[in-house]
Amino acid sequence: MGSTGQHGSEGVGRRDLIKRTAALGLVAAPGMGLLSACASSGGDGQDKAKAGKKTEKNPLGVNDTAKLDFVLFDGGFGKEYAEDAVKLYEKAFPKAQVKFSATQKIQSTLQPRFNQGNPPDLIDNSGAEQMDMGVLVGKKQLADLTPLLDAPSYDDPSKKVRDTLRPGIVEMGQFDGDPVWILNYAYTVYGVWYSQKALDGLDEKYPETWDDMLKVCAKAKKKGIAGWTYAGKYPYYLPFSLYPMIAKVGGREVLDAIDNLEPNAWKHPAVKACFEAYYELFQKGYILRGTPGLDHIQSQTAWAKGKALFIPNGSWVENESANVIPADFDLAVSAPSGLDGSDKLPFGTIWASGGEPFVVPAKAANPEGGMEQLRVMLSEASSRNFTSKVKSLSALNGGIDGIELTPGLKAGVAALDKAGDNVVNPRIPDWYVQLEKEKIGVGGLGEMMAGRLTPAETVKKIQGFADEAAKDTSIKHYKHR
Amino acid sequence: MQHGKYGFITGFLAAPLGLYALFVIWPFIQSIYYSFTDWTGLSPEFSMVGVDNYTRMLHDDIFWKSLTHSLIFALLLPLVTLGMALFFAFMINVGGRHRKGGPVVTGVRGSGFYKIVYFFPQVLSIAIVALLFAFAYNPDSGAINSFLRGIGLDSLQPLWLGDPDLALWCVMAVLVWSTTGFFVVLFSAGMASIPAELYEAALLDGAGRATTFFRVTLPLLWDTVQSGWVYMGILALGAESFAVVQIMTTGPGGPDYSTTVLVLYVYQKAFRDGQAAYATTIGVALLVVTLAFAAIVMRLGRRERLEY
Repeated sequence: MGSTGQHGSEGVGRRDLIKRTAALGLVAAPGMGLLSACASSGGDGQDKAKAGKKTEKNPLGVNDTAKLDFVLFDGGFGKEYAEDAVKLYEKAFPKAQVKFSATQKIQSTLQPRFNQGNPPDLIDNSGAEQMDMGVLVGKKQLADLTPLLDAPSYDDPSKKVRDTLRPGIVEMGQFDGDPVWILNYAYTVYGVWYSQKALDGLDEKYPETWDDMLKVCAKAKKKGIAGWTYAGKYPYYLPFSLYPMIAKVGGREVLDAIDNLEPNAWKHPAVKACFEAYYELFQKGYILRGTPGLDHIQSQTAWAKGKALFIPNGSWVENESANVIPADFDLAVSAPSGLDGSDKLPFGTIWASGGEPFVVPAKAANPEGGMEQLRVMLSEASSRNFTSKVKSLSALNGGIDGIELTPGLKAGVAALDKAGDNVVNPRIPDWYVQLEKEKIGVGGLGEMMAGRLTPAETVKKIQGFADEAAKDTSIKHYKHR
Repeated sequence: MQHGKYGFITGFLAAPLGLYALFVIWPFIQSIYYSFTDWTGLSPEFSMVGVDNYTRMLHDDIFWKSLTHSLIFALLLPLVTLGMALFFAFMINVGGRHRKGGPVVTGVRGSGFYKIVYFFPQVLSIAIVALLFAFAYNPDSGAINSFLRGIGLDSLQPLWLGDPDLALWCVMAVLVWSTTGFFVVLFSAGMASIPAELYEAALLDGAGRATTFFRVTLPLLWDTVQSGWVYMGILALGAESFAVVQIMTTGPGGPDYSTTVLVLYVYQKAFRDGQAAYATTIGVALLVVTLAFAAIVMRLGRRERLEY
């Protein structure tokens, strides 16, 4: 083997080694500096970019030479829609440098930057590593987006941005008081998802009352199809249809009281009636066998294969389960069935709210730039681009003309039309994450639907959880206004 | 030369000790410090709150549940895993029938094959193992329930991870499955270094398999078993148990808190609820438990070392 060439490479190897060692030293030294600059130090913040002049074309007064630092969550929606929007920003401010990055690890990437006081200018704080919004707001880490909402909209200068948004978007950005901390860019429709084809096969239509629901389930059972399935391992999917049902039966106030953690909020008769209705599904054997052991993907797959008729879910299910939903499935969504004619709100009452929360950090160097980027994204063209690329509605009310909607999207739009003003937006999921997921979801509803708790016990247990959360001084409390 | 010895040794020890202090000791001290603050983990500001976090922890039901599960893990997992590994290793190396003309001490037929097979799970990352088992436990279409249906047990279709009485055992089985192989190999290596004469002598005295194991193999392997015990306990209290619980269980941590463990609770408090200070408090409790575990094992396991 020993050729001259080998000797040569050996020499390079040695030199390489020395170089690498030196490089390691260079990296290591500042690295240690970084380490010691953990939470205990830092917090001096960074220099703010000087605001630019406010003009008709630049209503937010963006400094046209300031850098823009934009971090996107690279999840189910991908990053293309945001990249396209960045291009529009660059076109409007050719002198500005935009640093765009997309990651799944929002918290690991950004937590140190928050702790050091140099966060980016715009963040899509989403995904499994979402940073707790309540804490970010409570610790005054976010900028108020009111200037953006009051700025003229991108397409129609006579209309403010706030007036172009879908219902609930602005409220969802508020925590206590007027400031709007978050702008949810996507719009999700929650409800009962089903295959129109499967219902047609049973010669039924979507049941509006609970008696009809039980009838449809009984009919399905005779054919060997389960009525319902749900993400048994993540029972906090159940509220997607259960909460709006509670609102339909007992009125909006019931949900508001629950959100406000009011004493005995869960003991409202409407809550118990709805729990009993769901429990009946279990008792009569209308729930797909084994459901409590299925995760969301597994339950959606069983449902897509036609093993169960209905599943409580959000509009992302169309994208998430695209590879298992048959082409002729005819995906549809409906507002939850009510109990009977004495319900407070009409059939159609549905839960719809924002998703993909975008925030501008309070300590951002160029907050105007971050907001302007959002304003660009809320334009008709960007929104249409988003919807056609990721099959989801955006926060912009409209932006769907001229594009071919998928069955699920079309059904979602129809459900929103039917709901009209009766769109509810429960806040516990974003105000009290632990309470919603682990306690109400897993500890309460999950146990009830697996038949291990009766509705009465569930109400009592969940009320206990809520009372605990209300008393817990380590979490921040919020109220509907 | 003698006078420069200590300087020489110090020179060599300084770098590793320095690294150890910086990357192990210092973070420990830092987290103990943070456990007395109200740091959220999401902003640089925090203030001292004294022992508030500790009082809160002592009144926290979920903490006690997590602690109980962690302790069950730390006690049962080493027992089961090491017990099985010892048995397998013994059968592979010593437990075979004597064959004419062969060596006196030998493993069961096909032991070379078993040795490789047992090691397979070790090649897979724990995340993959957990995911595979999550599929297997799927009550609707998973391998286990399909098998049960296949052999006619249609009425026996447990919910596995969906059943609070079974979930913890399901998780534990996965950890046993994925770690036993490593200890089989480790103990095999240990057994290979035990001189064959000892076995021969035992055989001549008429010792059966069980006697040979308890009177010869186990005492001579004691050091290895002991370190295995500590290692396994740390694994059961730490990252490995977190991975399986996080990936496999309902919630995760459920159903109804039946599988939550301390590491998972630390993670949830720090990264889901934005309560980093409280998370470090639980972390300190975990540190105490881990140290206590190691100390007890070392203490109980102390025996005279046998030279051979």
